[in-house]
Amino acid sequence: MERTLITTSGASGRNDAHVARLLELYRTMARIRAFEEAAEAAVGAGLVKGVVHLSTGQEAVAAGVCLNLTRTDLITSTHRGHGHTLAKGADPRSMMCELFGRASGICGGKGGSMHIADFGIGMLGANGVVAAGIPIAVGAAHAMKLSGEDRIVVCFFGDGAINRGPFLEGLNWAKAYGLPVLFVCEDNQYSATTCTAQVSAGAGPLARARAIGLDGLEVDGNDVVAVDRAAGELIRRVRAGEGPMLLHARTYRIKGHTSSDPGAYRSPDELAAQIARDPLQRAARMLVELGVQPDAIQAIERAAKDEIDAAYAAAAAAPWPEAMHAFSDVQDVGAGQWR
Amino acid sequence: MAVMTYAEAARQALRDAMRRDPRVVAIGEDLGRGGVFGQYKGLQQEFGAHRIIDTPISEATIVGAAVGMALVGHRPVVEMRIADFALCAADELVNQGAKARYMFGGQGRVPLVVRQPIGIWTGFAAQHSQSLEAWYVHVPGFVVVAPSTPADNYALLSAAIRCDDPVIYMEHKELWATSGDVPDGYDAALGKARIARPGNDLTIVTWSKAVHLALEAADAAARDGLSVEVIDLRTLWPWDRETVFASVARTGRLLVVHEAVQAAGFGAEIAATVAECLDGELVAPVRRLGAPRIPVPYAPPLEDAARITAEQILAAARQTVAATRRRRSAAE
Repeated sequence: MERTLITTSGASGRNDAHVARLLELYRTMARIRAFEEAAEAAVGAGLVKGVVHLSTGQEAVAAGVCLNLTRTDLITSTHRGHGHTLAKGADPRSMMCELFGRASGICGGKGGSMHIADFGIGMLGANGVVAAGIPIAVGAAHAMKLSGEDRIVVCFFGDGAINRGPFLEGLNWAKAYGLPVLFVCEDNQYSATTCTAQVSAGAGPLARARAIGLDGLEVDGNDVVAVDRAAGELIRRVRAGEGPMLLHARTYRIKGHTSSDPGAYRSPDELAAQIARDPLQRAARMLVELGVQPDAIQAIERAAKDEIDAAYAAAAAAPWPEAMHAFSDVQDVGAGQWR
Repeated sequence: MAVMTYAEAARQALRDAMRRDPRVVAIGEDLGRGGVFGQYKGLQQEFGAHRIIDTPISEATIVGAAVGMALVGHRPVVEMRIADFALCAADELVNQGAKARYMFGGQGRVPLVVRQPIGIWTGFAAQHSQSLEAWYVHVPGFVVVAPSTPADNYALLSAAIRCDDPVIYMEHKELWATSGDVPDGYDAALGKARIARPGNDLTIVTWSKAVHLALEAADAAARDGLSVEVIDLRTLWPWDRETVFASVARTGRLLVVHEAVQAAGFGAEIAATVAECLDGELVAPVRRLGAPRIPVPYAPPLEDAARITAEQILAAARQTVAATRRRRSAAE
């Protein structure tokens, strides 16, 4: 096995700290899963406009990476960003209100699902454009280096992004200036509805990164313990000033590209095999093997669902923004000159 | 008072801003050796390579990284070399920089200046000569500036760097070597036009290099007894309606002149707005003069076809005056 492929099968340390950490990871994943299911239901009920891009099945990447960050570390995310935002510490109620387009939304209803940001916890924005978060993350990391701050930046993007120019530009830039950024390729295997492998040359994101001098790891992105360890190792090195790193986390998008895409281009066998790798079920099995009672696991799931149900109910009852707010925060110079 | 070139004035503005505020950094290609036009000469020696940042030829990341820096509190000044190259960073400009504050409900600000020199630059042909200012006016979030003199290049670049909004700052490639007085304490606010020459019979609204052509035409017109007011708009968005309206209300006639392609140029916006708002004051049809809708060609006789000239401006001014009719308000 390649040195850089970290798995946890049969190697779990059976100690309390490990159990406590896995419970924390499980709790984050359960909250993300509950959030995504509620968001999907809200689209179905007509309460969320447009579409949402669900990260169902990809929860281990967000949870495993973000557990290694401090509140003041920074992240950028993608159109499929609910999980990263929650894992970084955003309030699900403010997030759900944003999806519902309400005044109490985290962006006041101006952004919606694709433009969630929470600067208070270092979340510099989801993004509606594939790979567009990469240069922004690189710039934030450049600013950290210029001002001598010890904060680092994690840049989440998908497998589709590695075929866009900013991937090359951004990784090169980060390496050329020695910036404190961890690139996380959350590889769910699909570029919208096209299988990424069919349209991508070469050996993947880590090989591309290595070609320009970045070190990194490849990990089973549905094994939350493995993601936590790999991200922890890379983030330790980024913090130590070793420059940018890349984590390639192989996961799978259980849902379609958007909430209105049934994903019928995937075979039932493919989907069934991937559902059997569900990161929450795998983590639950690990917890049971470590001696955690099933009741305790179910209690985490119930608490997550209750929290998200409350967020859903609050969002459904929350007031709409006043129309006048369409005209705020555009620009200061020229405010009032709309035509 | 100091006499400076347009390039020296910009350099001095950036130098003063960087001395004042450690959050100001400049990012772009070849800045350490002074920039393409010498407008950064000596700055890396003074401020170091960490603040005058030489970058790879990665326009998307130059702008995108600057947006990221701005969102966490820096005040980047980005150099695009020329406006044509900024098109490689269209997403970062239009989808990211212009909208980040708005999309995120005001959580972040993007105090960013994007310098992108415009205009025909003899012999540089179709991909190095465009004047794309109207494109940026069309995007909510941007302030758009196009200075025509050394004094304004000093004052407006200073104001742009102080501004908390993203500013598209368009210098003109054929103005770098022009010189003029930059009076001590000279200031210019974003969004305020300048009356470059007062007059009574016709208002010409223009900006950037075309200001100088319009002044030349106005001098020639004066010899015929025609008094032309030339307004240097300076900031295209927000544009100074007050100054333009006051002038047109007095002269009753408007000609808008720009080097950019006339069709869907910013002159169309000014002409339409004046026609909508000042119809009763107009004594002649509003007129525009811009470039024909052709790419800028290379060979001198071809390139000349893409240029607007003082002669064309003078002819358009005379035609506007010749088309004078009675004021509508008086006729009713």
